[in-house]
Amino acid sequence: MSDETKTITLTVNGESVTKLVDARTHLVDFLRGELGLTGSHLGCEHGICGACSVRLDGDVVRGCLMLAIQADGASIETVEGLTASGEVADLQENFVERDALQCGFCTPGMLITAAELLREAAPKTREEIREFLSGNYCRCTGYHAIVDAVETTLTQRLEKSS
Amino acid sequence: MKAPKMTYARADSVAQALALLAEHGDGANVLAGGQSLMPTLNMRLSKPDLLIDINRLEDLAGISVEDDAVRIGALTRHAAVQRSPIVAEHLPLIAEAMPHVAHVAVRNRGTFGGSIALADPAAELPACILALGATITVESVRGRRDIAAADFFKGLFETERQPDELLIEIRIPCQRPGTVHAFMELSRRQGDFAIAGVACAAETDGETVTDAKLVYFASEDRPTLAANAVAAIAGKVWSDESRSAAMAALSEDLDPMDNLQGSAAFKLHLQRVLTGRVLDQAIERARAA
Repeated sequence: MSDETKTITLTVNGESVTKLVDARTHLVDFLRGELGLTGSHLGCEHGICGACSVRLDGDVVRGCLMLAIQADGASIETVEGLTASGEVADLQENFVERDALQCGFCTPGMLITAAELLREAAPKTREEIREFLSGNYCRCTGYHAIVDAVETTLTQRLEKSS
Repeated sequence: MKAPKMTYARADSVAQALALLAEHGDGANVLAGGQSLMPTLNMRLSKPDLLIDINRLEDLAGISVEDDAVRIGALTRHAAVQRSPIVAEHLPLIAEAMPHVAHVAVRNRGTFGGSIALADPAAELPACILALGATITVESVRGRRDIAAADFFKGLFETERQPDELLIEIRIPCQRPGTVHAFMELSRRQGDFAIAGVACAAETDGETVTDAKLVYFASEDRPTLAANAVAAIAGKVWSDESRSAAMAALSEDLDPMDNLQGSAAFKLHLQRVLTGRVLDQAIERARAA
């Protein structure tokens, strides 16, 4: 019942994966090391920076703050999955358009977190967008361009749906 | 920044979790949301022999109203508390505090009971449940017991919970007519660790605070009730003088610890400022009610 390793089966970006994992391995080390999904980045590995953000059963979580072994039976989506599905295509376009990235290290986490805010498609002030993204660090952009890109995407989506 | 080698067990029932805790006690860590435990593992600040993962114990999650109290299961995620119409209606203090509890990704995973069990002195929820006079239920193979919030927080990350006990639920009295709640926190960035903060549950009669619980966090080694500040204003009509009296009396209640967020003197100053603001807001809300 208690183990140092365990075979887990989970869904990653829509595909079923079965692997033997060490109990100590956190989710993003597993995604990067075992599955080669290097879109999820490791910045601080203690839950501060947000670069490792992934979706667990539909909700954004810190990938470094859960163990891979805990994802047994879960559905995980990474920035690769969100990109392939086209869910954030407009957001990515606006990031490029607005130069909302420089080194790009924080970008996957920013996209996944912003995608959760955009999912609701409800009007948000810039202050609310800033608050929503407050758990994701960026060291290059000063955040202004990121907030712009998210705001533009939200505005475009609201226009489209009205 | 990688967790040490360790053994992991996923509990599929409360009974199983309790049996594991009885067997391993101090050597085991309960893994709930993991939003504070995982960093300590990654930084090798803790090295449990066994991790007991309780995330599948659905019985421990949920929010309901029973006998004029809101029951929050220990495994209820912060995000669920934040979205809960029950909490919004009956526990406005908790509803007001939730946006300050870390960031969205952490709230999606972190649990209400985990925050209480950890007893981080900078955390919002221990202060709130102390202000609201909550009761905490813990269970072990030896049985179940209730602990008043006032008896639960013993020191820095120390609680009345024994190593073989699992936190089951928190019962928080619903807000009663004639009481007002207010919550304030200062931090560098929304969702970061608090530099100073206060949870206020006040009973008012017109412009007079008749009684209040003012609980400060990010200050002492545990959430701390300010009896002297309340005594300075109880029964008096709220005024500039009573605001000053409460702020002055606070130095008899608090002796803040220096930490990375600020010096003791800075923190005491901020807690004083928050005292005036939070009572202003409580009176304003009492007027509006």
